[in-house]
Amino acid sequence: MNADPLLEVRDLRVAYRDGGRIVPIVDGASFELRRGEALGLAGESGCGKTTTALSLLGLLPSGLRRVGGELTLRSERGVMLLHRRTPTGWRDLRWRTVSVVFQGAMNALDPVMRIDRQIGEAIRLHEPGADVDARVAEVLERVGIPRSRRDQYPHEFSGGMRQRAMIALALACGPELIIGDEPTTALDVMTQGQILQLLEELRRDLGLALLLITHDLSVIAETCDRVAVMYAGQIVEQGPVKDVFAAPKHPYSERLLAGFTHVGGPRALGEAIPGTPPLPGHVFEGCRFADRCHRVFDECRAGPPPLVVDASGRESRCLLARGS
Amino acid sequence: MSVAANEAAEAAERILASHTGAWGGARSALAALLRTRRGQVGMVLLAVFVALALFGPLLAPQDPNAASSFSTSGAQNLEAPSSVHWLGTDESGRDVLSELLYAARISLAVGLAAAIISTLLGTLIGIVSGYRGGWTDRLLMALDDWVLVIPFIPTAIIMASLLGRRAQDWPLGRESVLVLVIGALGWAGTSRIVRSQVLTLKERDYVRRARVLGCSDRTIMARHILPGVLPLVLANGVLYVSLSVLAETTLSFLGLGDPQSFSWGQMLNDAYAAGAMTDGRWAYFVPPGLCVTLLAMGFSLIGYSLEEIVNPTRRERA
Repeated sequence: MNADPLLEVRDLRVAYRDGGRIVPIVDGASFELRRGEALGLAGESGCGKTTTALSLLGLLPSGLRRVGGELTLRSERGVMLLHRRTPTGWRDLRWRTVSVVFQGAMNALDPVMRIDRQIGEAIRLHEPGADVDARVAEVLERVGIPRSRRDQYPHEFSGGMRQRAMIALALACGPELIIGDEPTTALDVMTQGQILQLLEELRRDLGLALLLITHDLSVIAETCDRVAVMYAGQIVEQGPVKDVFAAPKHPYSERLLAGFTHVGGPRALGEAIPGTPPLPGHVFEGCRFADRCHRVFDECRAGPPPLVVDASGRESRCLLARGS
Repeated sequence: MSVAANEAAEAAERILASHTGAWGGARSALAALLRTRRGQVGMVLLAVFVALALFGPLLAPQDPNAASSFSTSGAQNLEAPSSVHWLGTDESGRDVLSELLYAARISLAVGLAAAIISTLLGTLIGIVSGYRGGWTDRLLMALDDWVLVIPFIPTAIIMASLLGRRAQDWPLGRESVLVLVIGALGWAGTSRIVRSQVLTLKERDYVRRARVLGCSDRTIMARHILPGVLPLVLANGVLYVSLSVLAETTLSFLGLGDPQSFSWGQMLNDAYAAGAMTDGRWAYFVPPGLCVTLLAMGFSLIGYSLEEIVNPTRRERA
């Protein structure tokens, strides 16, 4: 494993312009991802998880712009500064170095194209001259799609098989980093388990780095080494999954974790967090979570809390974390 | 996701559902077609006319160009039906039944060729317009509106008379002018339908995914968009054949066809000129009229049932 992380995101800022006002969506996110490591990006809807991921691919929707930050990717093909990419540069990067598994494989596969041709298309586009058939066979075998089914259409596949096909598509050009945007959200729990296991195997066998975006903390618990919790465009807590889940340092992570019930445990609905996440453009005086926080005290509203990093490298953006 | 957004893709899925491969798909589409009463009637009519077009000259009792009697007066040449001439003879003394059988070929060929031209044009313009959007879309749709509102018959008359002389040595002779005219004025409806479908298809996740993958616009249009609109195009194209057959008849009846070839419209034109309609010589003008009507009906019935198969919102609720 390299000493330098594969991906280094420093102070990423993404915003859109609303009239004369600049409205931040991601407001200073920093994280690192090593080879073979899996990082989970957690948080409620609308906190900037997907935007963070899309800016790694140069796929920000029109209107959104990266307004600051440095994104460094230390690929086997050389060091890439993602914040200086041109459109052709992005095209070259996508799929060969970083690829995506989209949410809902049902819609991301062309219903009138055979699976093997869809995967072949990716290879043909990015590596002209490659032995397409052999590569398609290889990635399909890798994700556990039997040879006999490779020339079928997506509707002949079950939900889990389709998600496997999406993963095969992501693997087609031998990427070093795979971004999974809610890859298991549309699947039932059993299938979800199988897909997560597959991702786990790929990570182990191919040394892939995985950035997993999900609102489902159990998915992160099962798959990831580290977790970053996002709230209102900021990473409010980051650290090893085990530690964060055992003893969250930010009240928001605490409430997110409390929102989960355990099968076989006491019969209760998970506790919802009161209120809703702030809308983009909301101006914050102090801590962004203060209005919904159950541990709020006066100082919280005075100014933005600093990012506290403890000896083991755990980060938290909460005044309460100072003491510990 | 709305039902409308799914139509074409779902239709394609349904057609592909029981068989794989293009031929399997065509076979199951045909099977679905034959399950409806409309489809059955349409297919029978179509089969009869295709047979007439293929074997008409063999079935014809005599060469339609050979006159059985000669007289300078057309009225004397017009014979009533007899055992020799089942449908009588025309003003030049030619056998009407033989003409009718020979004409199937021209009417069918012109109708099909014109429908193919207008469907290809309409599909191309619809896909480019819908997918590109922006100024391309605005320009093409302005052109589309313009073609839609042009009165068909006056324009056709002008185009046909301008092109007419030059067309002597084109494949279908002067009839090819009719093909061009009908094709060039008929794409506007098709392109509207295709465009609206493309607008929903291009926002679907798999098209976006293809774009992220790095596919060029041309690849996306050809590989991901076209298959999605194909069922719609097919149904619409078949419907358009019947319109083209009728248009060909109309224009030939108005005297814009090729007087040297036989088409049903041309026969109606001749019959009208010879006064068959005022004399009540039914056997001369009713059969070509009936043939045109039945052929157009056959294609319409097939077109409508294909549309039902392709578009679930059109399906009659049982």
